[in-house]
Amino acid sequence: MDTSIKVLVVDDFATMRRILKNILKQIGFKNLVEADDGTTAWDVLEEQEIDLVLADWNMPKMTGLELLKKVRASEKYAKVPFLMVTAEAQKQNVIEAVQAGVSNYVVKPFTAEAISEKLEKILK
Amino acid sequence: MDVTLINPFINATINVLEIMAFMNVTAGKPFLKTDITAIGDITGLMGLTGKTNGTVAVTFESNCILAIVSNMFGEQMDEINSEIIDAVGELTNMISGQARRELAEAGRSFKAAIPSVVAGSQHSITHYTDGPKIAIPFTTENGDFTIEVCFER
Repeated sequence: MDTSIKVLVVDDFATMRRILKNILKQIGFKNLVEADDGTTAWDVLEEQEIDLVLADWNMPKMTGLELLKKVRASEKYAKVPFLMVTAEAQKQNVIEAVQAGVSNYVVKPFTAEAISEKLEKILK
Repeated sequence: MDVTLINPFINATINVLEIMAFMNVTAGKPFLKTDITAIGDITGLMGLTGKTNGTVAVTFESNCILAIVSNMFGEQMDEINSEIIDAVGELTNMISGQARRELAEAGRSFKAAIPSVVAGSQHSITHYTDGPKIAIPFTTENGDFTIEVCFER
């Protein structure tokens, strides 16, 4: 797994961004940026070159699902690895995310190992 | 109130705190709460809507939430500040999410709002409906916290 890539962490809770960044740093990722909702995340995506997105689902302004759809509709990020990290894990949620092109899905609460395993799969 | 609405919140609370904060949590005996004064010092509150509507509140003693967030962050937290307030919101969100998943598997789907957090000694918890408030006390080795679940009659 290439840990030199640039990772965008999107969650409206600073707590979750901090936990995810701690886990990513433990794995070896150093190039981390963050956003607190989908709209801000899109701005970051447009301004920078992002190689991996971890995003929550329930966020104000633009949800993680709306962000995913926007990302997949863009030429620049149509194939960027996108990991949804969310408390929304009812079957219908997962189906919607898969149909929108999510790379993989982690349900909160999660262990560091669960994040690491999912990243191994989507960054192969 | 339908007691089958309660167990998913107990299970979710234990699971969230064990996984995210590496804490052993013991649930006590549920009781009917009749006043609006919070048992804890900081409370996360989240509305739930479905065939029936309600709210879930998670209220922590200060020493308990400081220990929980210290474990989640891997560093010592010594005071109730904006980071703790944010963490209570996210814990409420995760507990609600996991409980709603269990309820959905039993055929009862709920949508959740974004949680709000209230802090301060003797603050009030205002549930969105006037149904009975079932409180479930929890103990940890670092202090106590309580879940309140309230659904409309």
